[in-house]
Amino acid sequence: MGVGNRPAARSNVSLEQRAWNIRRKALLMGEVQGQGYIGQALGVADVLAAAYFHALAFRADDPEWEGRDRFLLSVGHYAIALYAVLMEAGILPEDELPTYGMDDSRMPMSGMASYTPGMEITGGSLGQGLGIAVGMALGLKRKRSPAFVYNLMSDGELGEGSTWEAAMAAAHHRLDNLVCLVDFNNQQADGHSTEMLSAEPLEAKWEAFGWHCQRVDGNDLAGVVAAFDAARALPAAKPRVIVFDTRMCKGVPFLEGREITHFVRVEADEWAKALAVLEEGRPQ
Amino acid sequence: MTLASMARKYEARTAPGADGTRLTTSAMIASLAAEGYDTVAAPFGHALVAAAARDERIVGLTADLSKYTDLHVFAEAMPDRFYQMGMAEQVMVSAAAGLAREGFVPFATTYAVFASRRAYDFIAMAIAEENLPVKIVCALPGLTTGYGPSHQATEDLAIFRGLPNMTIVDPCDADDIAGMVPAIAAHDGPAYCRLLRGRVPKVLTRHKPDYRFELGKASLVREGSDVLVIATGFMTMRALDAAVRLAADGVDVAVLHVPTVKPLDTATILAEAGKGGRLVVTAENHTVVGGLGEAVACALLTAGVTPTFRMIGLPDAFLEAGALQTLHDMYGLSADKVASQIKGWL
Repeated sequence: MGVGNRPAARSNVSLEQRAWNIRRKALLMGEVQGQGYIGQALGVADVLAAAYFHALAFRADDPEWEGRDRFLLSVGHYAIALYAVLMEAGILPEDELPTYGMDDSRMPMSGMASYTPGMEITGGSLGQGLGIAVGMALGLKRKRSPAFVYNLMSDGELGEGSTWEAAMAAAHHRLDNLVCLVDFNNQQADGHSTEMLSAEPLEAKWEAFGWHCQRVDGNDLAGVVAAFDAARALPAAKPRVIVFDTRMCKGVPFLEGREITHFVRVEADEWAKALAVLEEGRPQ
Repeated sequence: MTLASMARKYEARTAPGADGTRLTTSAMIASLAAEGYDTVAAPFGHALVAAAARDERIVGLTADLSKYTDLHVFAEAMPDRFYQMGMAEQVMVSAAAGLAREGFVPFATTYAVFASRRAYDFIAMAIAEENLPVKIVCALPGLTTGYGPSHQATEDLAIFRGLPNMTIVDPCDADDIAGMVPAIAAHDGPAYCRLLRGRVPKVLTRHKPDYRFELGKASLVREGSDVLVIATGFMTMRALDAAVRLAADGVDVAVLHVPTVKPLDTATILAEAGKGGRLVVTAENHTVVGGLGEAVACALLTAGVTPTFRMIGLPDAFLEAGALQTLHDMYGLSADKVASQIKGWL
């Protein structure tokens, strides 16, 4: 895929700035609703910045362009984060940001394909994205397309049996055009993922299922970019997974320091404070 | 402590005596062919090969049941368009959704119990909510095996009737299946199809020579002035056979075949049931909860059409294991039992 369809490759905006912009947009949406999966959005912003502004081929003015890399949001709860990056990428108009979560918005609280340009699937029933990704990767191979399929899932989805059915299928069918992205923030509804139903040893598990596995700090942009590059360049005829260890609420220290929960509670007056704190960390 | 419902397993049984014959459970899929009708081998597999030859978008997937859903015919004819997904129904239907997203028309096969019970959330969210053209084609619908509840999909129609966007077909015979395949391939949305496989009888054209399957349409396959049976699936065959027996007793039975259970052809059903003077009976290879009978009852009552109404179907229960013939007699699906039930209601 040529540089021409990778907007970031011809942009002079740094990935640090992109990640910061994604966090800011997510906080602005959170402020609109007074709620949202803001902890996850802040945590995964670096991964999304690297995905959309380094790895993916897409056309902002044609979200269904046949040659695009597919990005599946299996974890539909992260919609607020994806809307932020879709706006940053120019796929969604930024002036719709204040409609987030409102009636008749194109940005509902949980991600759905029928509502939002750039939202490939309806996620949210966790453990479904990877199986759909398997079918899309098979379909792209049938069409002899060089496009990749990326599936973003949460660590909680590792508990779903269907994830491992899909993992077996991807390896069996040698889907080297499939990249699974696991956001490992070690947090799910009832507590730490590793204490609910541990998926460890995770790298060994993926490798035993026939995948090429990398595990990196998901808030270290240089490392995230290198992992995307390695996943794309790997010559082996096997699917690839990158496990990103991320920090909930990354970028807003007073929220990072708070007792972290799946659905971070932010008081009404704290959104402005969070935006102000983020502003202090604006990349130079 | 033994649960009351399980106490019978401690009752000893005797071997059949010299005079006694006892039917035995046949292989997984018992044949419905021994009804005095000609049969066709693997009508689904051959129809899919023919449809796929005309439409390059068609691909086939199975969850380790190609031989038991007649998809092996397609797999052998078009191996590069066939995906063996292994014993993994959730990823099979999810992958079918992904293939549909990329422009293909996937036919995914398994047993009806596994599609309706195990893969339901994936069919609901990955396929139906997106209105994707995935065709789920399932063997062992209703009571078509003696293996017991693990393989008897007695509530699959009820499950899928509740799912928006889903078209549901319950074919009666080989000609229905041959007509159904190109029709659902052309339908731009998801479909759930019950399948008869192996040697499948040709029933409908014997009773109505110009019969042709039409998606979404009911068809009057026999005229009659005393009783109207509204039937789907192979119960149309049982209703027709019962009608022949009842005719010998002077009872004149009409049979309306309803191969498409959803969307229901209410116009034709209301027109026939509204003629008046006839007992109206529904007949389905499915629990009486949530299937054709209740759908017809709702349509009639809503329209203010209120004939004397009865339902033939499986009870609201987990069914026994045994020979299919024994079970069909036990639960009222055999032609004799259909005839005797109708007679009892007149």
